[in-house]
Amino acid sequence: MVLAFKRETFRDDYTFRNSPEAVRRFPFPFDADTYMYSVNIEPHVAGRKGSVFEHPIDIDEHYVSEMRDRALVLKNDPLRCQTLPHMDLAGWDLVELLMVSMSEAYPEHFLLERNGNDWHWVNRPLGIDDRFTFGVTSTLPYGPMEYITRQCQGDFCLLDQRDGNLWVDAGMVTTQADWSMDFDLGMNFFEWHAPVPLAHEKGVFERALKFLMQLRQGHPVRRFNWTMSSTPRLDTSPENYHKWGYERALITPENVSERLHLRVELQALWRLPRSNAVVFSIRCYLASMNDIVSVPKWGRRLHRVLRDVHPALAEYKGLTRYRQTAVDFLSKYDDGQETSPGIWPD
Amino acid sequence: MSIKSRPRYSELELDIKSKRHIVVCDKNGAAAAQRMLRTSNVAAANTTVLVIGPGADKEEAGAFESMGCDVVMASPTIEAAMFRLDQVFAKATMGTRIYVAGIEGLIGQTVALAQRYGVKPMSVRQQHCGSLKRRVQCVHCKGVTEDVTTQIVTCAHCGVPLFVRDHFSRRLGAFMGVSADAEEAGVLPPIEEVFR
Amino acid sequence: MSRSAPIAVVVTAVEHVAQDIKRFSMQRADGQSLPHFSPGSHVTVEMPVPGGHKRNPYSLMGPLDDPHTYQISVLRVLQSRGGSQFMHDAVNVGDQLQISEPFNLFQPESIARRHILIAGGIGITPFMAMTQRFAAATIRFELHYAVRSRSRAAYADVLSAQIGSHVHFYCDDEGDVLDVRKILSGQPLGTHLYVCGPEGMIDAVLNAAREEGWPEEYLHCERFTAAPSGEPFDVRLVRSNLTVHVPANQTVLEAVEQAGVDAPCLCRGGACGQCETAIISHDGALIHNDHYLSDDDKASGEKIMICVSRLAAGTLTLDL
Repeated sequence: MVLAFKRETFRDDYTFRNSPEAVRRFPFPFDADTYMYSVNIEPHVAGRKGSVFEHPIDIDEHYVSEMRDRALVLKNDPLRCQTLPHMDLAGWDLVELLMVSMSEAYPEHFLLERNGNDWHWVNRPLGIDDRFTFGVTSTLPYGPMEYITRQCQGDFCLLDQRDGNLWVDAGMVTTQADWSMDFDLGMNFFEWHAPVPLAHEKGVFERALKFLMQLRQGHPVRRFNWTMSSTPRLDTSPENYHKWGYERALITPENVSERLHLRVELQALWRLPRSNAVVFSIRCYLASMNDIVSVPKWGRRLHRVLRDVHPALAEYKGLTRYRQTAVDFLSKYDDGQETSPGIWPD
Repeated sequence: MSIKSRPRYSELELDIKSKRHIVVCDKNGAAAAQRMLRTSNVAAANTTVLVIGPGADKEEAGAFESMGCDVVMASPTIEAAMFRLDQVFAKATMGTRIYVAGIEGLIGQTVALAQRYGVKPMSVRQQHCGSLKRRVQCVHCKGVTEDVTTQIVTCAHCGVPLFVRDHFSRRLGAFMGVSADAEEAGVLPPIEEVFR
Repeated sequence: MSRSAPIAVVVTAVEHVAQDIKRFSMQRADGQSLPHFSPGSHVTVEMPVPGGHKRNPYSLMGPLDDPHTYQISVLRVLQSRGGSQFMHDAVNVGDQLQISEPFNLFQPESIARRHILIAGGIGITPFMAMTQRFAAATIRFELHYAVRSRSRAAYADVLSAQIGSHVHFYCDDEGDVLDVRKILSGQPLGTHLYVCGPEGMIDAVLNAAREEGWPEEYLHCERFTAAPSGEPFDVRLVRSNLTVHVPANQTVLEAVEQAGVDAPCLCRGGACGQCETAIISHDGALIHNDHYLSDDDKASGEKIMICVSRLAAGTLTLDL
């Protein structure tokens, strides 16, 4: 499939828009009319053709612009990508996982030739053509994780397994929902998720960790997470919160349909072969309220979810300031009809 | 409510299997360290003590010496102490137990330094003594503000009013501070003294 | 997590590497490359033994730089359930076997400043890949390898040639003594200890380290607990609504798998805890052979690790 890559921005003038095709394939995260944390993990297997699950790593029309935004974030704040020294091998595992997956799924755009450890990588959309020695960091312009994640949509964390826990010891995090890689680097699974309300008490993280420790090579898993965003800004980092936080107060009944976005994270986890580390990818998809209500089932369901969301979750996700405005807007698209189970449009 | 990312502290307990002991404490933690060492007749002779604080070389250091501690060092500040401790850790061998007693900033920095020598945080015995003042890292400018007692504190470096999140980084030995008025400039909740 | 689809492999070499020890090299039957693996990983080999299939875990030794080949070593154990004897007597070059994907339950700590590896006999196998990795990455390590006699010292020549300056050999019958206290003394902070070998050796090494003040979180072992055989009995699986006969030389897990029930498991050595199963009732004595359940758990009669433990006789009813 040949993708047409859009030129758009995720800051300043916010020219980001979804094409009708991108809206159709948007991964709407709610399979029911209510939401609460759960260990909603399922096998990351190939899904419907054209959907974001078709390939293990999804590349879409926003690819080139997202990569440009990532480069801008890193230029201003290099701490967004960090690797503790013992994670170098895991970084190479990630190079292999992403290059193989991208070149197999999108051969028109990416080419990987391997002859032993002599690798040749061509990324046509970004104009990259590099030859390097697999495993030898000095043959790349960046460390292995930074090199490949500057070329792949989604945030990536590499988790080291020890002491019956997973430790977030490396990461490329520029499209995050208000958490800081620099602050969280080196934390274990529970420490890392400390600020999340309600889920600890429900035992969600204990069960998730137990499951992930047993993750097998070749059997990745995935789950959804979600929040809202008052603009299509990818870099909603705490680092820059003092620069973008004011945008939350700008949502009005007049602009909510265009400005407010549902922000969905498709999180996938793989066991890496050489390092035995786990890669945790967090891929962000944005859809405006207008995009959402163009699918009647999604409009109805998001109205009900937002209306009834637990106040502690609303506060944690930063929804409080504009939730009522969003609910009022969406209520016009909720005729009270029953919604069908599952995430797909009717 | 407990903070999941904050270490759990407990009263120091001597590891009787250890061949050597490294004790790091400030003036708040000295009594706790001495109490621990007194639980054994032989521990002090195998103990290196680093005590921190203005005048600690005269007061607390003497107390540790009179208990028979093998090596007693004193530093006026945490910053100065870390240089010394770095050398102590570099020469230490397995079978040595590390203990730290004092304010959270000292504990965090000691544990972070030990980690550079492959010592797991769980292996360092930690007792919190003295004030609950927090070390706060501004997430925006990355500067650390020491001795924070108030919820909403002005960053000592970039001047942004910070809300102190209940999220602690062992690697940085600090809590996270995030702009408190980002959504409406100048609109701040009342400043309260809560960490004492 | 349940066991995944097996990989069909062809045996490409069988070498007699020491007394009672054979090395098996294998490649994928379809000619594709095998998954890369991390040092410390094992695979499970399925053995079509008469009287019931067996599945034994074996450490992957390497080579780390050849993605087409896996190598394992098998010690012939006479009083075993017949798995090792099958490998020794019935498996030849060109034979096809089914193996699992690699899984790692003995991963060296990536944050360690130094690694001390202590092997007894066939316990050398997990360290073959580890030492290759350490040497290639210039990670500090030392290997102490004890054997009963020189004739049993598998791979001593390879180790001497490749990493000789890191290796120390000890032959029981030549009067060498592996002095654990001496090995442990003077090691820098952040050193980790790994031991693999006979039960008694593992316990002796770990206890010596504890006595020297090494905290548990720096101690690692892999126990080659071969599941013992016993008397035959029956297992009733309530959820699957099946009754399965467990012959004398098969484990509950193997019998259940052969009956087509996908039970969770990882190590097959009673160590990892994956196969813990709730007992609904039992009318014979339980024989617990695992290292996982606490003494209280074992005494309660409510749980069993089905990869190694069994019933003396009668019927065992499981929530499976």
